[in-house]
Amino acid sequence: MHPAPSVIVFTTLSGLGFGLLVFLGLGLPDVSGLVAFVFFAIAYGLAVGGLLASIFHLGRPERALKAFSQWKSSWLSREGCCAVAALLVMALYGFGTVFLATAWPVVGGIGAALSLATVFTTSMIYSQLKTIPRWNMPLTPALFLSISLAGGALLAGQETLATGLLIIAGAIQLAYWVKGDQAFATSGTTLATATGLGRGGTVRAFEPPHTGTNYLLREFVHVVGRKHSQKLRVIGFTLGFALPVLLLIFPFSGLMLKHLMAAVAVLSHLAGVACTRWLFFAEAEHVVGLYYGKR
Amino acid sequence: MTQLPPSTTRKMGLVIDLDTCVGCHACVISCKGWNTENYGAPLSDQDPYGDASGTFLNRVHSFEVQPPACDAQPSPAAQLVHFPKSCLHCEDAPCVTVCPTGASYKRVEDGIVLVNEDNCIGCGLCAWSCPYGARELDLAAGVMKKCTLCVDRIYNQNLPEEDRIPSCVRTCPSGARHFGDLGDADSDVSKLVAERGGFDLMPEMGTKPVNKYLPPRPKDQIEDQIDILAPLLAPVTEGAGGFMGWLDKALDKLPGQSSGGSS
Repeated sequence: MHPAPSVIVFTTLSGLGFGLLVFLGLGLPDVSGLVAFVFFAIAYGLAVGGLLASIFHLGRPERALKAFSQWKSSWLSREGCCAVAALLVMALYGFGTVFLATAWPVVGGIGAALSLATVFTTSMIYSQLKTIPRWNMPLTPALFLSISLAGGALLAGQETLATGLLIIAGAIQLAYWVKGDQAFATSGTTLATATGLGRGGTVRAFEPPHTGTNYLLREFVHVVGRKHSQKLRVIGFTLGFALPVLLLIFPFSGLMLKHLMAAVAVLSHLAGVACTRWLFFAEAEHVVGLYYGKR
Repeated sequence: MTQLPPSTTRKMGLVIDLDTCVGCHACVISCKGWNTENYGAPLSDQDPYGDASGTFLNRVHSFEVQPPACDAQPSPAAQLVHFPKSCLHCEDAPCVTVCPTGASYKRVEDGIVLVNEDNCIGCGLCAWSCPYGARELDLAAGVMKKCTLCVDRIYNQNLPEEDRIPSCVRTCPSGARHFGDLGDADSDVSKLVAERGGFDLMPEMGTKPVNKYLPPRPKDQIEDQIDILAPLLAPVTEGAGGFMGWLDKALDKLPGQSSGGSS
């Protein structure tokens, strides 16, 4: 799949933003006034910034509002509805904590649930696609949810929780890579089933339908960056999970240094997740590539 | 709107005969022509005289099929199969249910999968969900394009009756494309599918395509003697006879040099 920057930015930032909103909704940390304002500003900046980036992915962005209509059947539509609902409910909760110094736990709980649901619906947009075997597994929502929660806990300053969640997310990421590497082969889709010509012998793509490229090849057959995928996995895993965990468990003395290291951990995590998210798209192989003798 | 109908009254679709298709791409061109000049946003081209790329609703691939070696045929010849591919108007079309705006829909009356271009936001998710690469986002219009089964031809009272079939079917010079109701077991297309063992593409995807493909017949066995005309072309007489023979001998008797030849 073509790793479009708009979609990588969207899933990375909004995942982190909604992860932070989950913890803020649960009262972790229990903040009010200006501190709460800063926390909410970061969460909304990430979540809304990510959602805005996703609009650049559209061919006709001016019609984006129509996407809220088909929540009965479409995960993309459900995601839009969940995101708006989560942002509205959390705005009410944030208003209470920032201006009234009152946390309404029911409102916060609903907001946290909706924020988590938003991340889940995002992951289902990808996980539902049978055409991309690497995404079509239960590990995809597990990956998105665990990364979002780990990043959220990290941003919310929940050191113990963040350490545990980062380890879980890192383990799921490794499992996702191991399982994902076999996904295309185990899906059973080959050029033989794609053409139905397998009964006659070995099928090979002989001649493409056109001399130039096309939308399908640009969108679904991305091979440029895959040769570096192993290196990028190491970089992504180190920055996204290993380094933040080390920074969290290392006993730094002094509040200033501790805050500085927490900031480094957040930035490292963000860079690492962006790297793994790039791989999430670049490594994903669409079955339509078979018709072109490509993956 | 984005939900699939539980069933459709008819299942209009194509049957493509891989045995007959000669790979001329006439269906590709007629499709592009009709669908650029008629319903919906035209099928645009980008940089057509340079690094060309454009939107097509129908494309013809070519595949090589190498039969396995066996005792009867120790080195069987490979077979070239031309393979036209367009929307298969699936019964369980994933492209319809993923659509967030309801722009994609499947018609109850004939099962045709269409895009309402006024509602399309160009998110591309339907193209992602299609295993066959049947949908292409038009870069000029920013909306998704797909085969309409020439919905603006097949019911068009302004066209002569013989033209009320999809443009690709009307154009095919080898008769490799057939159009009809695949939901009706007595229709010509259904009979053809039953008779020739028509099959689905990627049945494991669970899309239940309406369009069917007819398998190519196995290639004729290659005999030891490859050139069947060779026996007919072999020389039948070594020496000349009749008038030419008499002339040959008479000329030989004359004094002087004659090149080559005997006696």
